[in-house]
Amino acid sequence: MNGNGRLLRLLAPLVFGLVVLVLWEWAVRHYDVPAYIAPGPVLVLKTLWVDGPSLLGSLWVTLKIAAAALAAAVVGGLALAILMSQSRWIEASLLPYAVVLQVTPIVAIAPLIIIWVNDVFASLLVCAWIVAFFPIVSNTTLGLNSADRGLVDLFRLYGASRWQTLRFLRLPTALPYFLAGLKISGGLALIGAVVAEFVAGSGGTESGLAWRILEAGTRLQIPRMFAALVLLSLTGIAIYFVLDRLAYLLLRHWHESALPTER
Amino acid sequence: MSAPLLKLEAVRKEFANGVAALAGVGLTVEPGEFVALLGPSGCGKSTLLRLVAGLAEPTAGRVVWGDVRDSGTGGRRGQIGFVFQEPTLMPWATVFDNVYLPLRLAGIGRGDAEPRITELLGQLGLGEFAGAYPRQLSGGMRMRVSIARALATEPDILLLDEPFAALDEITRFKLNEDLLRLWRARKLTVLFVTHSVFESVFLSGRVVVMSARPGRIVADLPVPLPAVRDARLRTTAEFGEVCRQVSDRLGIASGAAA
Repeated sequence: MNGNGRLLRLLAPLVFGLVVLVLWEWAVRHYDVPAYIAPGPVLVLKTLWVDGPSLLGSLWVTLKIAAAALAAAVVGGLALAILMSQSRWIEASLLPYAVVLQVTPIVAIAPLIIIWVNDVFASLLVCAWIVAFFPIVSNTTLGLNSADRGLVDLFRLYGASRWQTLRFLRLPTALPYFLAGLKISGGLALIGAVVAEFVAGSGGTESGLAWRILEAGTRLQIPRMFAALVLLSLTGIAIYFVLDRLAYLLLRHWHESALPTER
Repeated sequence: MSAPLLKLEAVRKEFANGVAALAGVGLTVEPGEFVALLGPSGCGKSTLLRLVAGLAEPTAGRVVWGDVRDSGTGGRRGQIGFVFQEPTLMPWATVFDNVYLPLRLAGIGRGDAEPRITELLGQLGLGEFAGAYPRQLSGGMRMRVSIARALATEPDILLLDEPFAALDEITRFKLNEDLLRLWRARKLTVLFVTHSVFESVFLSGRVVVMSARPGRIVADLPVPLPAVRDARLRTTAEFGEVCRQVSDRLGIASGAAA
């Protein structure tokens, strides 16, 4: 892509966003909408500035849960995918339950988990983990089974052990699939953490961002609610970009997805 | 002559779906020979190569190796080099690591393998590309990497399954000559599958012609041409004459099945 094209790709969404914000601010002022129904962007920004420090503490709580859930999803997802790739019987036995876990709405089972798991942090972690781990399992399993057939023959020809085939052939083949799953799971871990916090309420001594949003809502502190929402969105975007960058760094030498468009 | 390196005894192969791929194939390969296996597509020559490599089991008959008591495929581990129709390289690994793979699987350390790999890459004109990734190479270069990998374990026999079919003619001719040079320099035994009459005659000391499915050997023709061959040979009358003979036999083989 040439310089002009890149600039356009950067500028176009910024300009569009700015136009929407200006229209929003104008509408709020022109129709005299009270701040407890819809605050203008300027007020939200001001609130973010003033309440930011207190919200950041809550963001940290939510982020810790999301990060721990994602880490657990990576470990658990990889382990399950590798286990299932070792035998059709194991895959046939386990996969349906992974799917059950995936299709059951987390809001529906979160109260149960919160009752079962005594520790609040742990119960939130379990909820976020359930949401985050399926894309990793599903994508990695597909990747592990996608090894080039010629290479599989080659490994057989040289009498490669099961472990060698996994280490030198199946895992590298699965890497791009795993990373695609990781990008989805990153966002889902955050969503899972927020949803679990909504269900759990203020439970513990520390309260996450979701609780702040609920709290602000009940107190009709709508600008503060928006500020927390903005913070949450920015966090989600940041997680996505970090994971996207990680995928690029790991794949840049060889995978089609990371190659420059010009050849 | 010394004991044969490889002997196929009445090898038959039927696939699980009942299709007969090979019907009673007998073939002997002496050490140091360059044998071309020529036949129309679908005659089972790739299947034959897979049986020799131990990647498939014959339905009946035996694959016997001269120095090993019986055919057990496990006994030939690391002593067979195989070049597939596609380069079949690992896209995530450099040229060096791709060639290193067979040695790595055999438990040989990187440091110990390095001199051998560097020498091989040099012989195949890949010296400068050790750190390159497959996607950065042309089709011909990728095939060279594939050949280097097949030679890494210094196998007793090199099996090639139509390796140059997808390459342009200029690249194919160059690779033909380089393969012959390697065969002489490294004293290889080669079994080369192709559907090109010219390629089979240019490369080999013996052309084995197969008929269409179910595959059978219909002719085993010596190639009375000098062992040292170069591009000029392709335009000589002797070369043309051998090609005509081989072509005739191939025509009969294909016609008989049609």
